This record gives sequence, C-alpha cells and structure tokens, in this order.
Amino acid sequence: MGKNKNRKTAGFPVTNVFATVGSTFVTGDWKTKVSYLILGFGQLLRGQIVKGLAYMLMEAGFIWYLVTFGLKYVSKITTLGTVETQKISRKTVYGDNSFLILLFGLLTLFIILFFVVIWYMNILENRREEELIKAGKNLPSNKKVVLSLLDSNFDKTLLALPVLGVFVFTVLPIAFMVCVAFTNYDKNHQAPTNLFTWVGFENFKNLVTFGSSGFGVTFFKVLAWTLVWALFATFIDYFLGMAVAILINKKGIKFKKLWRTILVITIAVPQFVSLLYVMKMFANDGLINGYLIKWGWINSPIPFWTNPMLARVTIIVVNIWIGIPYLMLIATGLLMNIPEDLYESARIDGANGWQMFKSITLPYMLFVTGPFLLTQFTGNLNNFNVIYLLTQGKPQSMSLVENAGSTDLLITWLYKMTVNNTNYRMAAVIGIMVFIVTAVTSLVVYNMLPSVKDEEGFQ
Amino acid sequence: MKTKRMIGNAISYLVLIIISIVWLFPFFGLVLQSFRSYDPAVEYGGMVDYLIPKTFSLDNYRFILSGETNFLIWYKNTIIIAVFVSILQTVIILCVSYALSRMRFAGRTFLMRFWLILGMFPGFLTMICLYFLLKQFGLTQAGAVPGLILVSVASSGMGYYVCKGYFDTIPKALDEAAMIDGASRARVFLTMIIPMSKPIIIYTALVAFMAPWCDYVFASYVAFGHDSSFNVAVAMTRWVWTNDYQGYFTRFCAGGILVAIPVTILFMCLQKYYVEGVTGGAVKG
Repeated sequence: MGKNKNRKTAGFPVTNVFATVGSTFVTGDWKTKVSYLILGFGQLLRGQIVKGLAYMLMEAGFIWYLVTFGLKYVSKITTLGTVETQKISRKTVYGDNSFLILLFGLLTLFIILFFVVIWYMNILENRREEELIKAGKNLPSNKKVVLSLLDSNFDKTLLALPVLGVFVFTVLPIAFMVCVAFTNYDKNHQAPTNLFTWVGFENFKNLVTFGSSGFGVTFFKVLAWTLVWALFATFIDYFLGMAVAILINKKGIKFKKLWRTILVITIAVPQFVSLLYVMKMFANDGLINGYLIKWGWINSPIPFWTNPMLARVTIIVVNIWIGIPYLMLIATGLLMNIPEDLYESARIDGANGWQMFKSITLPYMLFVTGPFLLTQFTGNLNNFNVIYLLTQGKPQSMSLVENAGSTDLLITWLYKMTVNNTNYRMAAVIGIMVFIVTAVTSLVVYNMLPSVKDEEGFQ
Repeated sequence: MKTKRMIGNAISYLVLIIISIVWLFPFFGLVLQSFRSYDPAVEYGGMVDYLIPKTFSLDNYRFILSGETNFLIWYKNTIIIAVFVSILQTVIILCVSYALSRMRFAGRTFLMRFWLILGMFPGFLTMICLYFLLKQFGLTQAGAVPGLILVSVASSGMGYYVCKGYFDTIPKALDEAAMIDGASRARVFLTMIIPMSKPIIIYTALVAFMAPWCDYVFASYVAFGHDSSFNVAVAMTRWVWTNDYQGYFTRFCAGGILVAIPVTILFMCLQKYYVEGVTGGAVKG
C-alpha cells in the first residue's frame, strides 16, 4: 500500500512537490514539523528507530561533509580559484587547485541534491506515518523494516552498490568533463601550477572556426570519415556476414560446424594479438608486400598504411575480417527461425534463390535485427580498437590540427588530445560532439525502426 | 537439375575454402613466425618477406618464459584482472538485471533512460578524471591492477541489457507462485532465478573475462611507466611499437600465441553460451 502511494507522489511535477512539502508542514503534528529540521525525528518518536536513526545519521554525515570538506570547494566553483601558485624564495607555495575545485565542487553539488531528495523522502515518510496512525493502524516493526530490504525493498539492496559505482566512476567524471568543455583547461593551464577558469562557449566557437588556428576543417574532416567508416563497417559486415551464414546453412553443405569454428577463431583470439599481427602483415616490409614483390607482381611496396585513401580502404577490409564471424553467428541463429514453409511455398511459385532472399530472408532479418544494427552503428562510431591498433589514426597530415590523421575517428582523436597533447578543453568538446552524434543517430533511427515494441510486451 | 546443384555446391565449397584460408592465414603466420629465432646468429627476428622460418627454434618462448622480461608478471596481472572482473561484474549485472526486470519502483524508467544516455558518452572522455580518482586511492602505477579491476567493475551495472532481456523471458508467474508460498524476493532471486540462468551467467562471465585481455587504452594510461603493473596487451603492444620492434616482432608472435591459446580454448568450450547470448541480445536490442 505504502509503496503505491510513494510512487504516485514521486511522479508528480515539481509544483506538487512544493505543495506536498507546504501542506504537510501546515497539517502535520509537531513531530513532523521538527522533522523538517532534524531528519528522522518524527520516525524516532513514533518508534521507527531504524529509519529514524538512518535519517539522522545521513543528516549528520551531510553536515559534517559540508563543513569539513565540501563548502571550501563549492564556494569557489564560480571562479575555479583565484590564488595563483607562487614561488617564494625558491619554495613553491600552492594556491588554488582548479581541478580539485571543479571536481569536488561538482561532487558537493551532487551531494546537496541527493540530500534534498532524502529530506523530501523524510517528509513523505512522516506524512505517511501520521496517516497510518490516524487510520488506527500499526506502524511496521523495526525488524520488518529491515527485512523488507530483502523483500519488497529488495531493489534498493540490489541497486545501491551498482548505482553508487556508476555515480562515482561514470556520472561524476562525465559531469566534470562536460564542465571542462567550458573552461580553458589545457597544457598552459595545468593544475596545480596554473589556474584554469570558465571561458563560456569559446571552445565550441573554436571547433567551428575555419582558419589556420581553428579546429573547423579538421573537425569536419574527421567527423565525415567517422560517419563514412561507421556506415561501411556496419553494413558491409552485415550483408557479407549474412551471406556467409546463408552459404554455410545451405542444404548439401557438409561440415557446417567446422566452417563456423574456423570463422569464430577471430572472435576468440584477443584483438590486440590478431590486429597487431594483421597490421604488420600489411606493413611496407610485411608479408603481403614481401610476397608480391618476390613474385614480381609489383616493384615497390603498396603503401597500405601510409597512403590516406588506401589506409582507409585497408581498415575497412580488415574490419570485414573481424566483423563477419560475429554477424555470421547472429545470422545463423536467426535464419533458423524463419519458417521453412515460407521458402517451400515460394519454391512452388517458382521463385529463385535471389528472389527468395530479397522477399523473405532480407525483410525478416532487417526487421528482427533493426535495434542490433543501430547498436552496431553507434559501436562502430566509437570503434577505438580497430583504428588504434591498426593505424593509430595515421597517416598524419600537416593540414590537420592536433596530430589528427587521415584515419582518425573522433574517438581516437579525442584520445590523442587527452594523452599526447593534454588539450583537455578541446578533448571535452569533441567528447560532447561524439555524444551528440550518437544520441541524434540513435533517436532518429530508433523511432524509425519497425520492431520497436512496448518493452513490457515481452513479459 | 542434379548437375546444377552439384555445380552450386562445388562453388560453395570453393568459396568456403577460400574464406577459411583467408581467415586462418594470420593465425597460421603467427604460429610459424613465433618459431623463428630472434638471435642474429641464427635468423633475423624482425619483419621478413617469407612465412616459414629457415630454422625452427624455441628461442622466443625461451626468452619469454625465462624471466628475462616480466612476461610472467604481465600474464599473472591479466589473469588476476580477468578473473576478478569476470566474477564481480557478473554479480553486479545479475543484481541490476533482476531489480530492473522484476521490480517496479519509483525512478525505474528514469534510471534506465539515464544510463542509456550516459552510455552514449565516449568512455575515454573520462580518462583523466578516473585517473585522478584512482590516484587518490593509490590505485595507479604500482596499484594499477586493483585500480583497473575497480574501474571495470564500478560501472558494469550499465551493461545489463542482455541479461535483463533473458530474465524477462522467465515467466513472472514463477516468482509470484513462490512468493505466495512465503518466499522473499531475495530467496526467489537466489534459489530460483539464478539457477535457471546458467546460460546467461556463463555468457556474462565469459564476455567480462575476455575484455581485460584486450584492454590497452586505459591500462596503459593507469600503469604508465610502471613495468610490473602492465597487462599483456600493454606490454605486447609496446613490443610491436617500440623502435627496435625489428628484433621484437617474433617475440611478440610467441607472446601472442601464449596469450591466445588459453583464451581461445576457453572461448571455444563455451561458444554455445556465447552464441546464445549474442543472438538473444541482438534480437532484443
């Protein structure tokens, strides 16, 4: 019962939250009113010792955190520090550390937000208890409250740690880097020796500035290649993988398992081994060029990795080698699900293989694998391993800024900017751009998919 | 009609044989070249234009296993990371999947949407921040191994899709029946759902186990300059890219073989579950 009510109130728009807070304060008894300041007070007096103490401890911890740690960072977050690090008679006196101020300032803001939610939950809790008492019902015993963590509140037990982990190691760092995109944090403004500060949209302007110093030309070139690469990598692999699966599935082909196993080895062997070896195979002094020269087919090595256009083609070809087995596996499983009588009746109508593929197999596969294709596409937009292990984004070009090369994806470029050039401000901007590209494609394509069903429909 | 089918089959076999050669060639080359000596007195250990070594030698393996390099330590590091990540990540994914599949709580859809959106940010964006956080706990350089485990496990809750999809196919009526008999949610989860989910557990654990073997980017950043905290991917990649890779190429091949064999065997044994997992995941999206 109580759970239902909780859900109803939690779904209310903001104005109703304020209304609830206000009306509870007016109509509530003195225990509830004190709970507005001292969390858990009402619960404690009504005998809900476990809950009451938990709330009080959280409030105490919150205040302790703010006073000893949080306030000094969050108060400087608007300037990110003003005291420069100085050298006074050969001793370095550290001033403000902008990095820490930004990171811990954000953390503090998140914790304040979290505490407000806790505070609101505490008010709802008081209100519910009062209602229960007024209705003449008993409040659940303390033991029951604790045990509910294994039953009706089991979700909280299960999710507490994963959500905390995601918060500390994903949400906080992402929030931090999104903020960095609006600062001048780069190699000239490294904490703790130098301060960095807010610069507004300057970095974004820089991204679309076409000129010798701007990122515009490089950005759009890299973006274009990223999209082209993702399209090719996704669809060529998809169709070829399906073709191979159909070939192996064909009636009369023996040793089906053997053929599949041979292909699957590419998935099993760690990519850094296979890709690095393949990279060396195609190198100027590698096996392929070596044999071609020995056989007299060519006179000088084919520049697989040093010619921009050829490097791109080679990457896509090598990626076919990586991608086909994976798609073959998926397609094999799905092809078996297509009802055999569909083909049977098509055959009676005199359809040939290609016609059957075109009007039965392909539509079915596209329908079923729509969402998968989308994830493949977004995965390929960020396919770091293949690019980095094969070319590291090379060949480099003088016309591109920040060491970008002809085969760099946005993601490998971002990596270079972070690790080699410590240009964090622009790396953060690129990161946001990757997010925008991924999010926009996902949203647009997802809503076009025919197979998007109600999630609950599966259950 | 019969001859037509025969020709069709012959072409198919031909294509399959060509495909097999293309797919196996790099591994074939890797094995052969790992037996070429790097000792200049015997043979050249760099890039050459022939496949089959002139003299068969175990020099590379001897070099790797003798302790002249930290290869065994790198190997151990990688195994430790892989085992811990595999176990912990599976536990977390199971917990999250059960909660999201079976329980309806306030903020459930919000959580799922929020994580979906978070997943669209590129992972490397957060590298410097994660590095700093790990450094605070002393988990970089010398402590890189536990640090890498922590980072891989901490955010693993977001990868619940395939597992939740599997849980969704287990009828809810089973849970309800057990709960009417007085079982708590926790008991249903531990004694009913988990035993029924063997395929997806193996799939999750296998995928989690495979990933650390390829982790180059973050591992090299966190362990930077601290040789004994490297994993195999970082160390071997360095061998290939280092300036005198000429002499290290065959050693890389031998190391690669040593890495690939156990992982490949494990994968082949559990292939069935992997296929089930990816196919299920692909359909559900």
